[in-house]
Order: sequence, then structure tokens, then C-alpha cells
Amino acid sequence: MTKELSKEILEILRQDCRVDAEQIAVMINADPAEVAEEIKRLERDRVIVKYNAVVNMEKFDKDMVQALIEVRVTPQREQGFDALAKRIYRFAEVRSVYLVSGSYDLMVLVEGLDMRQVALFVAEKLSVIDGVLSTATSFVLRKYKEDGVIILDDEKDDRLVVTA
Amino acid sequence: MVDYNKIVSRRVAEVPPSGIRKFFDLASEMEDAISLGVGEPDFVTPWNIREAAIYSIERGHTHYTSNHGVIELREYIAEYMDYRFGLTYSPGQIMVTVGASEAIDLALRAIVEPGDEVLVPEPCYVSYMPKVMFNGGVPVPIRMSDDEEFKFTVDNVKPLINERTKAIIVAFPNNPTGAIMTESELKPVAELLQGTDIVAVSDEIYSELTYQGKHASIASLDGMWERTIVINGFSKAFAMTGWRLGYVCAPTELLDTMLKIHQFTMLCAPVMSQAAALEALRSGFENNFADVEKMRREYNRRRRVIVDGFREMGLSCFEPLGAFYAFPCLDSTGMGADRFCEGLLRSQKVACVPSTAFGTSNSFMRCSYATSLDNINEALRRIKCYLQEI
Repeated sequence: MTKELSKEILEILRQDCRVDAEQIAVMINADPAEVAEEIKRLERDRVIVKYNAVVNMEKFDKDMVQALIEVRVTPQREQGFDALAKRIYRFAEVRSVYLVSGSYDLMVLVEGLDMRQVALFVAEKLSVIDGVLSTATSFVLRKYKEDGVIILDDEKDDRLVVTA
Repeated sequence: MVDYNKIVSRRVAEVPPSGIRKFFDLASEMEDAISLGVGEPDFVTPWNIREAAIYSIERGHTHYTSNHGVIELREYIAEYMDYRFGLTYSPGQIMVTVGASEAIDLALRAIVEPGDEVLVPEPCYVSYMPKVMFNGGVPVPIRMSDDEEFKFTVDNVKPLINERTKAIIVAFPNNPTGAIMTESELKPVAELLQGTDIVAVSDEIYSELTYQGKHASIASLDGMWERTIVINGFSKAFAMTGWRLGYVCAPTELLDTMLKIHQFTMLCAPVMSQAAALEALRSGFENNFADVEKMRREYNRRRRVIVDGFREMGLSCFEPLGAFYAFPCLDSTGMGADRFCEGLLRSQKVACVPSTAFGTSNSFMRCSYATSLDNINEALRRIKCYLQEI
């Protein structure tokens, strides 16, 4: 399969991962078996890592919180940032960890049942790790857009139902 | 008592009401109907374009512009026409209009005199025939069939030409059929026109939505530039229908004639819409029209799904290679399009427009795929149910 078609498959799945191989094959004018095979390959190579729903948890559970934590660390000999990142991302509370450029090193997204739980996680688990120099916690107050999707989408389809 | 029948212009009264209107009223009554009847993009205008208009208003750009339209915009349009279609126009040969709709009107008003005949493709967009008639012209339909993939051929155009023929409307990619015409398919028709004084009025509003090869403008063919009025706009390519912004390109003599009408009727296109359009082209040149390309890819996928869906359920559907419409044939159902579409709407709550709205054929329905993939899949499922019902 060409790289171009492969890219189209990813584009479609990133928009809606429920679209099955058969429909994708129609959409990109390719053989269904080949599309299914390509998707398997992308999964195997961990290009496609997982199929998740984008959920607006705020609507489901008001107490649930997320926090973005800026973490400054001392990189370790031979292992750089990887070893520390690993110590951090293994916690179940941690949803994402990114190594970033700028005034701090790791951006850690943490989720907890409530604010207290997140605060305790930072105080007792995160900041005590050897090599962690400092943390700065910012609680997420509202999500506007997640993964390319506008959460509170008030841009309704206001087109007339039938037009020329 | 006032007898309004005596007051109303006969020319206007003689134009039959839009077939779309009737269907619109019917569909509007239905709650939660899925509409495949919409003739505009489901995408919202890209934010950078909307923002440019907002800034322009904030800066107080709220006045008339030149009748031609803002010069920077026309310079960009000139560059765009060249880059996209290989057409050379100076900014003076370009006029910004209130939608491509105004441009069609101006083109016809500039050339049609009472009794003149204008060849109009059929099926076609609803406004050509009325606009010819408003000028006292006589629309002469060029009947196009699915056997010929809804294209013109010399065989169906030539017999219609006589000394009263003033213009031919070229409308590809076509609404409602989705047909396109390639350069080599346009060529014989262009050759036919070259020995005449017939003007080609080419409505190319769907030019960016071409799914195979590149859009060919009839004006780019040998000897055609000087006898063609090219009409285009921002509605379809940049999802800007509500901004009402189009443009027309033509040789100076023709453009100046249209400009005369425009300056006495419309003055100029809305200034904020022109600011938005300027941003659409400016950013387009910056990112090689990536947004347009993205939209086209998205439409193309939906196009394949809907055509495949119709064929799967046993409706013959020719391959539409442009615009955002599929035009399946309903003959196999034993029902006329009018009855089929009304039944489909009432029974399954899916709105499609019968081909009678676009001409005399009662055999097809126009299905717009300018709607989400989920809607298309659900609509296809319901249409299949309806086929089993009847």
C-alpha cells in the first residue's frame, strides 16, 4: 500500500476510529483486504497505539479533575530523561507525559477523583522522586478543545434543509 | 381593489416557481429528517478567514469599495486564475460580485436581448433559465443524459444553434449531476463555437471540487478566451456561501458592460466579505491551498461511500467526478422521482431533491454528500429500507 493511502487511513481513523476497514476501503478506493492488512500493520508497528473515545468527563462527573504539572528534573547519566519519565508514567494517575523544550522538562497530565487526590499525588509521589527538582501544578478548569475536537461545540449546522 | 395580476411584470410572472421551494417546505415540516438536499458545504468557513473579516470590521473598513472590487483582491484573483486554470486576466478584467449568482445575472443581462436564445444545459442549476427569461431571452435546453455521463456533445449542441443563439451556459462541475468535462471533451464544443458569435457563460463555481484530474475551464481552450465569461466564487471552494462573494472574468468590452449594470444595481460587493476573500486567497497561496485540498479529500471519500451505497442497493448511479452531488437513477424502482422523493421523506425522513427541480427529467434524485459520514451512512440505510418497502 502506498504511503499516501496509508496516510489517508490514519486521517480517517483519527477522525473516527469506528469506521471499519471495509468502509475505509470504499472511501479511499482500495481493496478491503489490503486496508485491513495495512491497519493491522500500523497497529503492529504501534503507529496506531490504541482506539480511545474522546470523553467530556466534566459532564459525567463534576469532581473528577485533571492537572497539568510542569516538572523540572536532573537528567541522569546515560539515560537522559527516559528513566525519570518512566518512573513518572508508571503511576496509574498519570495520563500523559511529554518531554518538552522550554523552561521545564516534563509535562505531566494527571487525573484524579478530586483535587485533594491530585494534590496528594504531587506532594507524596511525584515531587519526592530522586531527580525531580521542582513541580508546578495547574488544575484544568475547563476544556475547550481536545484532540482536535471542540468540546462544547455550539457551532450547530444551521443550513437550510433543502437548497439549490 | 388592486389587481396585482395587472401590475406584476409578465416576464417575471411567466417564470415558474422554483421546484426546490416546494420540496423545502415539505422537508422543513419534518423533524429530525436527514437532509441530502443541501446545496452548500457543511464545513464552516475556516477560522482565519472569519477572523480576517472581524479584524476588518474592527479597523473600521465599513465603506463602499470600488465598483470593480478591492484591487488587492482582484490581483489575487488574477494570480489564482492563472495558477489554477492557466487563465490570464488583468485585474481590470475581473469584477467582484455578490456571489456567483450576481455574476450569472450580469453576464446574461450584458448580452441577452429579447428573443435571443440561450442554450442551457439540462438538468442544471435552477437559476439559469429564469435569468434568461427575466431578460426576455428564450432558454433552449441542451438535454444531457446519463448515457453520456451528463456531458455536452457536439451532437446535442449543434442542432440547437441558429442565428438567434446568443450564448451557451457551460456549467461544470455540474449541479445537480456532479458531471465534469475534461479539456478533450470540451474541445469539440469549443471548436463548434469558434466560427460563431456565441458567448460561453461558464459557471465554474465547483471547479475546486473536481475529483479526477484538474478542472478545465472552457476559456483556456484555443480561441475561447475572447468569447467566454468565466464565473467563479468563494462559496464552494472556501465554504463561504453566506458571505455572498463571487467574481467574473471576461474580455474588457464584456466586463465593462457588466460593470455598468453592477455599478447601477449593486454598487459593490460587501467590503467585509471582500476582506475575508482576500484572506482566503492570501493564506491559500501561503499553504498551497491545503484547506481546500483537505476539504476535497473529505468530500471525495464521502462521494465514494454514497455512490457505492446506491450501487449496492441496486440503483444505477453514474460516477460523479465533481461538485458534491450524486445523481442516482430511479427508473428501476418503477416510480417517478417526485413520488419517490416525497415517499422517502415521509416514510424514512430522508430529504433528497427530485430531478424535476432541475429540468424535465423525472428519473433521478440529487443527493448532496456535503454532510457527515454518519449522516450519509444512516441515510443510505434508510433509503435501502424504503426500497424494500415500496
